[in-house]
Amino acid sequence: MTKMHLKLTVNGTAVDCLAEPRELLIHVLRERLNITGPHIGCETTHCGVCTIDMNGKSVKSCTVLAAQADGATITTIEGLSAPDDLHVLQTMFREHHGLQCGFCTPGMIIRAWRFLQENPDPTEEEVRFGMAGNLCRCTGYQNIVKAVLAAAAEMNSAKEAAQ
Amino acid sequence: MNDHAPSRDERIAGLKGLGTSRRRVEDARFTQGKGNYVDDMKLPDMLFGDFVRSPYAHARVTAIDAEAAKALPGVVAVLTADDLRPLGLHWMPTLAGDKQMVLADGKVLFQGQEVAFVVATDRYAAADAVELVEVTYEELPVVTDPFKALAPDAPVLREDLQGQTEGAHGPRKHHNHIFTWEMGDEDGTEAAIADAEVVAEEMIYYHRTHPCPLETCGCVASMDKVNGKLTLWGTFQAPHAVRTVASLISGIAEHNIRVVSPDIGGGFGNKVGVYPGYICSIVASIVTGKPVKWIEDRMENLMSTAFARDYWMKGKIAATKDGKITALDCHVTADHGGFDACADPTKFPAGFFNICTGSYDIPIAHLSVDGVYTNKAPGGVAYRCSFRVTEAAYFIERMIEVLAIKLGIDAAELRAKNFIRKEQFPYHSALGWEYDSGDYHTAWDKALKAVGYDALRREQAERVAAFKRGETRKLLGIGLSFFTEIVGAGPVKNCDILGLGMFDSCEIRIHPTGSAIARLGTISQGQGHATTFAQILASEIGIPADDITVEEGDTDTAPYGLGTYGSRSTPVAGAATAMAGRKIRAKAQMIAAYLLEVHDDDVEFDVDRFVIKGAPERFKTMKEIAFASYNQAIPGLEPGLEAVSYYDPPNMTYPFGAYICVMEIDVDTGVWEIRQFYALDDCGTRINPMVIEGQVHGGATEGLAIAMGQELAYDEMGNVKTGTLMDFFLPTAVETPHYTTDHTETPSPHHPIGAKGVGESPNVGSVPAYSNAVQDAFRAFGHIHAHMPHDHARIWKIADGLGLHA
Ligand code: FES
Ligand code: FES
Repeated sequence: MTKMHLKLTVNGTAVDCLAEPRELLIHVLRERLNITGPHIGCETTHCGVCTIDMNGKSVKSCTVLAAQADGATITTIEGLSAPDDLHVLQTMFREHHGLQCGFCTPGMIIRAWRFLQENPDPTEEEVRFGMAGNLCRCTGYQNIVKAVLAAAAEMNSAKEAAQ
Repeated sequence: MNDHAPSRDERIAGLKGLGTSRRRVEDARFTQGKGNYVDDMKLPDMLFGDFVRSPYAHARVTAIDAEAAKALPGVVAVLTADDLRPLGLHWMPTLAGDKQMVLADGKVLFQGQEVAFVVATDRYAAADAVELVEVTYEELPVVTDPFKALAPDAPVLREDLQGQTEGAHGPRKHHNHIFTWEMGDEDGTEAAIADAEVVAEEMIYYHRTHPCPLETCGCVASMDKVNGKLTLWGTFQAPHAVRTVASLISGIAEHNIRVVSPDIGGGFGNKVGVYPGYICSIVASIVTGKPVKWIEDRMENLMSTAFARDYWMKGKIAATKDGKITALDCHVTADHGGFDACADPTKFPAGFFNICTGSYDIPIAHLSVDGVYTNKAPGGVAYRCSFRVTEAAYFIERMIEVLAIKLGIDAAELRAKNFIRKEQFPYHSALGWEYDSGDYHTAWDKALKAVGYDALRREQAERVAAFKRGETRKLLGIGLSFFTEIVGAGPVKNCDILGLGMFDSCEIRIHPTGSAIARLGTISQGQGHATTFAQILASEIGIPADDITVEEGDTDTAPYGLGTYGSRSTPVAGAATAMAGRKIRAKAQMIAAYLLEVHDDDVEFDVDRFVIKGAPERFKTMKEIAFASYNQAIPGLEPGLEAVSYYDPPNMTYPFGAYICVMEIDVDTGVWEIRQFYALDDCGTRINPMVIEGQVHGGATEGLAIAMGQELAYDEMGNVKTGTLMDFFLPTAVETPHYTTDHTETPSPHHPIGAKGVGESPNVGSVPAYSNAVQDAFRAFGHIHAHMPHDHARIWKIADGLGLHA
């Protein structure tokens, strides 16, 4: 199948690559760009382990065609931090045991990152609702919710301190 | 200068050993997207495999035409049974002593069965080629009901077994019959039931479901023809067993096979079995000389690898009028699908289902299980449970409720009346187990008090009255569950899989500067072994957990072990870890004595050092001892500080717990909401409370899914009706309740550190709690029992059947 030339900005870097137009964005990321943080759990938009941030929105990258992504600005878990400078969400997921097998975690955290920009001071119920597109089979969500709430509190107090 | 010598308590805290909620070492990589799961692997020239699967549940395969597929650019090979036959690999042994087609050999027995394996340069080319393989099928009559499968004129499913009256587990009494397994005293039980004052009977169905970890199964096989070595990376819960089985069936010498389990995205039993995808990838790699990756998609995962449950359990429970249970009888019709691929220890074709007398002192019991072939997928795995214990716990916890209704006694009181008493341990059950330790009454009282049980019952009665007055359309259900798990298989004398004894192992090396590496025969799939096993060791050998690397999953480096499932890692490998640690300590003691110039018996271990008895100011730390062990010539001792332990447990462990679920149910819509969920677990010694809590939350959420909607449903044609996550229920954060966890601590008397294992308790214990809550809500209206899963429609039907919509 003829390939198309894709231009993307991924985690702050401009990248060019060739891909079949029908390829799923998750496959472009994982196989052509070696970005393996986002995973594949269903390819039918149900599980959310492929979640990335695309043009300022949480997106399930298994349901976006390469052709649709041309020109997009994308952030994945890899773009959130450097190893010596973790994002507070990453710290809180560890602190509150918000992960076990880790398979859902990259999608969870990148979704939580966008969610806290949409709603910086959420209630527990809002977190549960706002994260409902991301499934986890291991944790029962309780500690994920705790981690997101703790991250929100931390980010808000940092903001206040800065003001 | 700071010359503050740490106090003893500070030294203990510094180890982060047993009982510490140590943060997980795994999380650094997982939270940064740096996990290493099998589908993340990329090797030069790697090819992709994909299956052509049967759309029919029962059909003859009369022709396979792969020419068009082979002509597609990028396609390298298309394998069928004919290609595997010369290698003897068109069938493979199952874990249950049966055999299974790797690729359709003349017929197919379930929808989704593997028919041909396409190998191509990328996954898109492989998927395109799958569409082009033309298979000619001749449809055969389909049986999806195990009772109909046993009818005299039922179609013969396994033609390969025709005329064979003896199976892997004794006589077969019908062409679709696999085995009968019997335990207990049939005549005595029958007599006790005949004489009983009260008998309750019920058919209890535990429906077919699936573990469905978010990562599906997959592997990368790479045959290096230059050095003759096969490497197999994959989602294996038991890498050593895979190596041995791969060697036995392929003829490749075991030292030339290396099996590696990288990070695993959840297992829950799904990743114990050996699947056709692994065999086909190995063959394809041998044929093409290139690495071959196979990753199943979600639909394939649900349709073909590892269903769980599917047990029809007919129970009779007898009691005196005042509620003392006198006998229990159970007959199970077990639907195993087209091949018997259950992952049970060889001598237990129905797993440990004979724990079905539960937590109760039942003087006499009888159990028989009939395994049956149907046109459904093979599997029968322990979905977050120890070999059919979940089925057993659900069965007895429903029977208790049914009996309570019949007796007109409160179900909490009926349980307390029949619990095995503390002083009866070790307790020999009527169906053959020796329960190691327990204190059920204490746990039960604590649970009832915590939820305010009596007040809840009053509220429920008021609600029923209000409902009858027309003031509300919501009912309140109180779901009780008390369970006893049996985990840690083990003992090799009666537990093996395919002849492989179920011990486990740990090998420890202390480095000269006093840090260490421990390797185990198990493999974590999210349980946090790298964190918790280091804690066991820290307490045993006095080296901080942070200075201990734990490695698992590579058969070239890890000692042999039977892997992680059935909550066996802590009871078996955890014990091996402690025992290996004790060997290290024994040698360290001799070294310390030499260095302190005293007799071995004159020093004793104290947290992180050996001290001279009565003179604790004279000591040698483990760090000093480690250095000396390598660098100082000590008469009579070999240099180095290493140990290995292979642990064969003397018995299993019996964790237990009390779960209570309070549920609101809307009678008109069947919509439920969980108001409260309380989980008390007793898993003996607690290694890492944070990890234990996490396991309970996760297991109870899996239980929620199973009880309230998750199902592998088939229609009469054998079509899978729930093949995607659209139809197969996985709860989101919205419907998942908040859990309150609690514990008591009754150590196992035979485990070196008293730990019992916990990972699977919450699945075992929570399913009856949810189901009992639903059924309890309708008890006041004459309801006795309805089958799971309790989705909204089925709950609505219960209400409708009781005339509550009139
Ligand atoms: S893989 Fe994209 S939602 Fe499941
Ligand atoms: S941590 Fe395993 S799926 Fe979420």
